[in-house]
Amino acid sequence: MDESLPPANAATPGGVDRRGFLQGAARGIAGSSVFATLLWSQTKPATALPSQSLRPPGALAEADFLKACVRCGLCVRACPYHILSLAQPGAAEPLGTPFFRARSGPCEMCEDIPCVPACPTGALDRTLKKIDDARMGLAVLSDHETCLNFQGLRCDVCYRVCPAIDKAITLEMTPDLRSGHHAKFIPVVHSQYCTGCGKCEQGCVLPQAAIKVIPIALAKGASAAHYRLGWEEKALHGEAVPNLIKLPIRRPDGQP
Amino acid sequence: MSRRAGVEAIRTRGWLAAHKWLLIRRASQLMVFALFWSGPLLGLWIARGNLASSTLFGVIPLSDPFIQLQSWVAGHPLAQDALLGTSLVTLFYMLVGGRLFCSWVCPLNVVSDFAGWSRRRLGLRGGWRPKRHTRYLVLLMVLGLALGTGQLAWELVNPVSMVQRGLIFGFGFAWMAVAALFLWELLVSPQGWCGRLCPHGALFSLLGRWAPLRIHTPTREKCDDCMDCYQVCPEPQVIKPALKGGDATVPRIGEINCTNCGRCIDVCPQSIFTFGIKIKPSETS
Repeated sequence: MDESLPPANAATPGGVDRRGFLQGAARGIAGSSVFATLLWSQTKPATALPSQSLRPPGALAEADFLKACVRCGLCVRACPYHILSLAQPGAAEPLGTPFFRARSGPCEMCEDIPCVPACPTGALDRTLKKIDDARMGLAVLSDHETCLNFQGLRCDVCYRVCPAIDKAITLEMTPDLRSGHHAKFIPVVHSQYCTGCGKCEQGCVLPQAAIKVIPIALAKGASAAHYRLGWEEKALHGEAVPNLIKLPIRRPDGQP
Repeated sequence: MSRRAGVEAIRTRGWLAAHKWLLIRRASQLMVFALFWSGPLLGLWIARGNLASSTLFGVIPLSDPFIQLQSWVAGHPLAQDALLGTSLVTLFYMLVGGRLFCSWVCPLNVVSDFAGWSRRRLGLRGGWRPKRHTRYLVLLMVLGLALGTGQLAWELVNPVSMVQRGLIFGFGFAWMAVAALFLWELLVSPQGWCGRLCPHGALFSLLGRWAPLRIHTPTREKCDDCMDCYQVCPEPQVIKPALKGGDATVPRIGEINCTNCGRCIDVCPQSIFTFGIKIKPSETS
């Protein structure tokens, strides 16, 4: 029990000598620095959320979520459908954080969103009052080659199960050029309304879903800031290009 | 080690009396988790969540100050519930001694105690003994990591969180943390996690600076130097001033790293140690 004995090199009353102290401090700082570096190098890969793993509704942006979430599981307990779970050691998600997988258990879009008030830290944002405003991800009909509607068949399941039917997913008619006298009903997702609940991904009848919910940042493109669409401008301002200078039309002589 | 600690106490006071506080602590650790288990198992919801943050009876928020501190340092302002929960827990441990968490609540304490007991039974000596204040360096490292990475980096490896969460939400590979801790303390470093490195306990120890609940040694002159208490104590450096300090010190353990586990009370054949409450700043730390 060496701690109960005074240190052998106690030169001064009330402590070790300076050299011993500095050496000990340096060793401790060096050791913890080495370990901190190791851990630091692993935080990025260890906290990369797989794109098939979705956060509960109201979750802050991932970087902020990882600051705020304390891995307590209160949201897991609050979910009446038991779709949420905490990532266990060895899982692909950041250790202990809550997530769900749309294909096996999508968000049921409770009216009162019980998981959000259950969160004690604000990792799930309490300003989210309407579940329709949640943005857990964005559905993307990623595979046109296997989607039955794209083949000209009427599957429509993703559209039918969508809680925001006719808003988040609409069916757009286009001519079926293969048969020559039918229409294709193409499911189109509208990011303005899609909450990323994952009902469509779960509902897809294929062995592998052709429509998947992925992180919004991964799914969305972005228009250039200066870009304008003529027809939208026309609807807004009455003309595509306001204050267009009218130049006189000059024709060769003798032409009307 | 001339003899096994506790044998004498069992002979003079009986087995039950010589294990009283140990048994009470194990019951306490089990009770804490039973509060969380009764919900999912029996539908009787007493505590929801886990030790990182929980709700008691659906209303009282409780939060772990160590984890909330990391979150705050990482850059997330404390929300109302978390703040209240942290305050309640902090206040509680300020009264009973921060490291009471370690010996009465933390599940890894069972593993650490078992490793220590095994060491004594097997007569293992030696091992790596980093200084006991290393844990405060580790605590600084943890907070530095939170600041630097902007997230709860320590929670990727924190065995305390891993095991307590595993016990409530599904164990998975958390058994590896248990095995690692056991082997570490058994073969590599005696009391080498809980007593030397764990930043979780380190922060809790700081909360106990002015705790009124302490182990007292009112009859310390009866000590016959049998050393049983030193053998069983997970933080043996805390005993000496209280036991051998003479008139220079108060007959009370004042060191913040005493876990108030009460094993010294159990094993002392002279019954020198006892729990006591005294509202007075401690003289050592």
